[in-house]
This record gives sequence, structure tokens and C-alpha cells, in this order.
Amino acid sequence: MEIRPIVSSLRRHKITAWLLIIEMALTCAIVCNAVFLISQRLDRMNIVSGVVEHELVEIKVADVGLHPDAKARVEADLAALRRIAGVTQVGVASQLPLGNSSSNNGIMLDPKQKMATINATMYQGQNLLQALGTQLVAGRNLGDGDYRDFDSVMKAAADGDPNDARMPKVVVLTQTMADRLWPGQSALGKQIYLGPVPITVVGVVAHLVRPNNFSLGSEYSMALPVRLTGEGDSSYVIRTAPSERQRALKVALAALKKLDPKRVVLQKRTWDEIRESYFQNDHAMAGLLVAVCVALLVVTALGIVGLASFWVAQRRRQIGVRRALGATRADILHYFQTENFLLATIGIAIGMVLAFGINLFLMKHYELPRLPVAYFPVGAVALWVIGQLAVLGPALRAAAVPPVVATRSV
Amino acid sequence: MFGYYMDLALRSLRRSPVLTALMVLAIAVGIGASMTTLTVMHLLSGDPLPGRSQHIFYPQVDPTSRLNPHSQPYDMMDYHSAVDLWSAQRADRQALITVSALRLTAPTVHQPALMAQMLSTTSDFFPMFAVPFQYGNAWTAQDDARHARVAVISSDLNNKLFQGSDSVGRTLWLKDADVRIVGVLAPWRPSPQFYEVVGGRFSDGDTASFYGRPEDVFMPFFSSLEVNDGGFNPFTCWNAPDPGVKLQNSPCVWVALWVQLDSAAKVSGYRDYLASYAEQQKALGRFARADNTRMFDLMQWLDFNRVVPSDVRLQTWLAFAFLAICLFNTIGLLLAKFLRRAGEIGVRRALGASRAAVFAQCLVEAATIGLLGGLGGLLLTLLGLWLIRRQPVEYAELIHLDPSMFGLTFALAIAASLLAGVLPALRASRIAPALQLKTL
Repeated sequence: MEIRPIVSSLRRHKITAWLLIIEMALTCAIVCNAVFLISQRLDRMNIVSGVVEHELVEIKVADVGLHPDAKARVEADLAALRRIAGVTQVGVASQLPLGNSSSNNGIMLDPKQKMATINATMYQGQNLLQALGTQLVAGRNLGDGDYRDFDSVMKAAADGDPNDARMPKVVVLTQTMADRLWPGQSALGKQIYLGPVPITVVGVVAHLVRPNNFSLGSEYSMALPVRLTGEGDSSYVIRTAPSERQRALKVALAALKKLDPKRVVLQKRTWDEIRESYFQNDHAMAGLLVAVCVALLVVTALGIVGLASFWVAQRRRQIGVRRALGATRADILHYFQTENFLLATIGIAIGMVLAFGINLFLMKHYELPRLPVAYFPVGAVALWVIGQLAVLGPALRAAAVPPVVATRSV
Repeated sequence: MFGYYMDLALRSLRRSPVLTALMVLAIAVGIGASMTTLTVMHLLSGDPLPGRSQHIFYPQVDPTSRLNPHSQPYDMMDYHSAVDLWSAQRADRQALITVSALRLTAPTVHQPALMAQMLSTTSDFFPMFAVPFQYGNAWTAQDDARHARVAVISSDLNNKLFQGSDSVGRTLWLKDADVRIVGVLAPWRPSPQFYEVVGGRFSDGDTASFYGRPEDVFMPFFSSLEVNDGGFNPFTCWNAPDPGVKLQNSPCVWVALWVQLDSAAKVSGYRDYLASYAEQQKALGRFARADNTRMFDLMQWLDFNRVVPSDVRLQTWLAFAFLAICLFNTIGLLLAKFLRRAGEIGVRRALGASRAAVFAQCLVEAATIGLLGGLGGLLLTLLGLWLIRRQPVEYAELIHLDPSMFGLTFALAIAASLLAGVLPALRASRIAPALQLKTL
């Protein structure tokens, strides 16, 4: 296909050609960035939680421990929950993965450090890791002997002796956190410091995601052996077969109400619901971005159809002359296809630069990472395909112009 | 002349319905998308206290007792600093604020107990923030002073417990205390819930929770501390709190103070007072730093906390980029349309129409498209806002189309289409009549 006649013909329609190029460039730039944003959201939503997602139920009751007999009450609740048929594990949790409310602590490798090495989230509660079903990859899980009562831990902290026997002595943390603190070494037996308090790592789990604050490291999580007896923010975690969850929830609520009919249930949900509500904004935003991409491509395609139709109508006689001089239908078809390809290519080239610029803006204002080079071809291919599809109709109409047009109305 | 151009425009639009529909649709979609996001931005970033916000201030001090590397004061205050500043009564109005949850029931109301959010505050809160009352009144400064067991409840709670009837004088059981209702609020939904905005810079842009509903129960600050003893949580602590000690005496921040200062002189006076208070506390050995005080006004404080969720801002950028593409699209199509009529324009020019007349005629046609696009855009905006209201976010129920946005929709649509029409109209008006007539 000769390109020279196309270029010289486009030169005579500079404004229209540039409009089309700019439209395609903008579309290309926005589609590149939107697809990147979508993939960012999807990555976030596909995060590995490390827990047995479809087997967990959370119940949070108010006033769990604002009574003098709080400890006995929690024990009685746990015993009642354990008796429910089909329930395999019951635990208490100060916070839940993706629960959106968290307690976090600076972790130090040396008590004299000025700045904490990392900030990690702190899971506490009886039998929590067993109930969540985290997967142990090294060492052992937290055992009964490791647990300390929350009240006595707080008293010990206030007394200020870091080696107080009332403090928890051991911790289980995630592989990610272990790799960050001691790259290439086994974490077992190593010490971390929570403020001045030394704690020994006894176990490592494969994964355990934070409740929120992913920007601090989504898997910097640890579980401390602290028996919760008082703090109102803790929930019960019940593990059961996926199909049994709704029934277990109902029975568990009845059992807890029976122990104390006056208490208020603050939360009753499966862990799947927790995950869904944590990511509902990302879900909505990803959906919106997909809709915007589709709408943009459709609008651009319609614009191409409109302009191509106009050009075909304007050059009807010219086409007739060419046909009369021996050009085949395929020649005419290819002419318009090549013309569109040429415009799209220029548009894409400008679009790439624009896409990069938009990405810089987003990086500055929305703390997004740099747009990977792999996303540029996405916009390019999308635009080439859309362009060719859009121009096909008008180009076929052009190819159908009979040579006899050349002889009319001269 | 305008009527004639209008007639010509409608004829021309009818002649190529597909192209017309395409242009109207492009404008409508662009306008719909940008107006939807702009309305959300407008509603979320607006002034929650129009006309008063410039007099409302948020004083901050740094109560930490050891030198800290963090460079800004905490977002809230410890009990002692907040109560000291409040008791000094140096501002025109001042209110303490802290939030907690507690169990709530009412005698003779046969409903299960519920966990209610309670705002502990002082009597100035209601006049300072122009809170509307349906029944009764706020409590008085004397009630604050003598720790009266009184409460003001929201209209939501009044509807739920008392079916919207005048419940002033009735009793609520808050935890284990009897509390008398002295006032019921009219529906009140500030956007954002400005008096409680803290910690926005730690939220990764996910600030939708700042647009929640106000609390259901409002109680005098000091009596609420007695009623809900042990039910308060710190915002953060600079040292580990001692479990046996009340939050009031713990090294924690959990109370906010709002003040109203009606003149510039009073504002600078209050700043000096804050500095001297910090200086005095440093001399007493309670504060480590005296120079770390700050006082934003309400809107600065909201900006500092970046209350508008970053997703909403991103959506607005996206929508306007979308509108830009729709505009380029319309320019292209209009150009095609006008140049296709080159012959017709040539005849008009030959018959004596001036360039300006042709230009005006083309612009009228573009504006007509804008008007139609605006109508479509309005429908799409309503659809978009309806979709947002169905989203499970806190601000969903705040979203509505207000009259100014309604007007702006049309203004934007017509401005956009005129802008799109200028270039093609110019091009069309420069068509040489002789050349066109020759080819007819």
C-alpha cells in the first residue's frame, strides 16, 4: 500500500485529522492508566489472608468484660460455644484479618534502637491462630502455658520491668515479617522487642494479613499469647464447615443470649462478609473504571465512524475516478484502513507520552506506583483494534462506490 | 434572526438523525459523568457551617512529657489540657468533645437494648454549631457545672424509641444511670461530621467514615464521664497507660476542644493564650515542649485531614478527562457536518450572508446540540447519583442534585457545545462561495 498519497490527502484535512489523533491519544492515555488502576485494585482484592476464609464466623458482644467476673464469663462463653455441634475451634480475637480496626506496634531488634524497624499488627486472644486456621511453617503454635492475662500484662507494663514474668514471652509471626527482620535466616529463637520487652519467636506462619493499614506492610502480623478477659473490643471466632456457618451462628447467638439475656450483640457475620465489606470500595471503583474504559472506547469508535463516513462522502467522486482508472475494491478498502492505522499510530505515540504524564500526576497525588511498561501495549492494541473495527463500515461503503460516479455531474 | 437560525438548525439536525444522536449522546455522557462526580465533590467538600466556619477554631497542644521526634501536636488533647483550656473560658464559645458507646434502653419502651454512640460535650456545642432543635432545648452551663444527668437525643433515636413524639422529660437508661431528656434535635446531618474529624492523614485516603451520622445521644461532658465510666477509649497514648488509673489521668489523648472566636483580635489573643498555657505547663514539668501548639480554623482543619475521599477526587479527574474526549469527538463530528454542507453555505454567502451570519448560524446549531445534550446529561446525572446513593458508603444518603448543580449542568453543556462549535463554525464561515458554486 502506498502511504504517500494518504499522507498528502490528510495534509489537506489537517484540522479533522488532528482532532481524531488527539481524541485517540487521550483515550489511549486514559485507558492505559485506567487498566493499571483496575489491576491495582484487583491485586489488593486478591490478597492472601492466610486464614480458612470460608469456615469462620465472628460474634462480637458488648459488655464482654466490664464486670468483675469477666474472666469467668469469657470462659463460660467459650465452653458454651465449643459444645455446639459442628464447631471445630473457638477462639477470642482482639482484631480480625481485614476487620478494619487494629492495634499496631513498632518492632525493634535492639531495645536501644531509636526508630522501630517495622510497624507490625498485634493479634491477641485465646486459641486465635487455631481458630483462624493459619498454616504453621516452622516452630510451634502458641500453647496454653504461653498465655498471660490481659490485666496482668497491663499491670506489668505499668510497673516497668521488661523481664516481668507476667509479660508474654513468646510470639508467632508471619513468614513475610520474619524474612524482613532476619533475611535468609531462620526466625525461630530470635528476639524482637516491643518497647523494652524482649519476646522470643517460637513459630512462623505462612500468611496472616493485617486488619487494615496495608501501606505499613500487608503481612507484618504477629500473634501474642494474651488471654483477653476485659477489653470490650474482642470478638469470638468460631470455626466450622462452610455449609454449617449460618446454623452455627444462630445456635451460638442463642447460647450466648442464654448465658446473659441482657447483652447486646454488636456484630454477627461470616468472615466472607468481612472480606467483602473491606474491599467494597475497591470493588465499586474497579467496576466504575471498567465502565469508563468501555464508554471511552465506544465514544472514540463512534467518533471515528462519524469522521470516516464524512470523508467517504466527501471523496465519493475521487473514489469513483480511482475505480474508473482501475483501482479494485480491495484497493479502496485498504486505503481507508491504512489511513486509519496511520492516524491511530500517531495518536498512540502521543497517547503514550500523555499516559506517562498522567501516571506521574497520579504518583504525585495518589501515591500510586509507576506505570509498568507492559501496560502501554494494552492501550495501543485497544486503539488499533477499535480504529480498524470503526473504519470498516465506512471503508466498505467507500469500496462499494461504482466507477460510474466518476462520469456524473462533471 | 435567531428564530430563523433555530429553524435551520433543527432542520439540519433532523436531516442526519444518526450523526445528531451521536453528538447529543457524546455530550450527554460526558456531562452526565462530570456532573455526577462534581455533585459528589461539591457535597463532600462544602462548608459544613456556611457563614460561621471562619469563626470556629480547633486548638491543639502537645501534652507529651518527653521530647518526641514527631513534629506535630496530636489530633486530640489529653483530659487535663482540654479541661484547663475549656475552664479558662477565653473564647466566645467553647465545647469539649469525646465519643463513646454505651448500652441504651428506655423504661416503658418495649424494645431490646441497643448500643448507642454518645457524644460527651458541653452546653456551647449546640449554639456554636447551630444545631437545630425539634423539642426542648440544650442543657445549660449550670447543668455542665453540677454534672446534671440530662441528655439531648437525635431525631432518629426519638423516632425509634418514641415514634417521633415530644419526649422531653422522659427518662433514658444509659448503662446503669437514669438520664432525663431535655431536648430532641431536628434532623441534623452535617457533611462531613466535622466536629469529630481526626486522624485523616493516617487513613490512606479512605475517609468516607467522616461522613457518618451524628451520635444518637448527647450528654454533658462531666456527667457522661461518670455514667459511662470505663467506656471511653483513647485516640492514642504516648506512654503505656496504667490499668488501674482512669483515662482522665492516663498519658493518652482522647478529648477535642472547639472554640468560637468572633474577631481577628480574639483569634490572635487566643493563640497567645495557647502559647502561654503551654509555656506554663512546661514550667510545671508537664509538657516537654512549649512551642508545639497550633490552631486551625474549621476549613483548614478539614483540609489538613483531607476529608474528601481520594477515590472521589480520582473519579472527578476521570470524569473531566472523559468530558474532554467527548468534546474532541463532538468538534470532529460538527466539523464534518458543517463542511458537508459547504455547498449550501456557499449559496448563502453568494446571496449576501456575511461571514458573521454563517458563523452565528453554525453556533446556534451547536448550542442546540448542547441543550439536547444537557437534557440527556441531566437524566444521566440523576441516574449516576441514584447509583451512588445505592453504594454502601457513609456519604451515600447525603447525595442529591441541588438547584445550583442543576443550573450548572445546563451551563456546562451549552458552554461545552459552544466551545466545540467555535472551530467548526469558524471553518465553515471561511468557505469560499465561488468555489462551492462552481461545483454545484
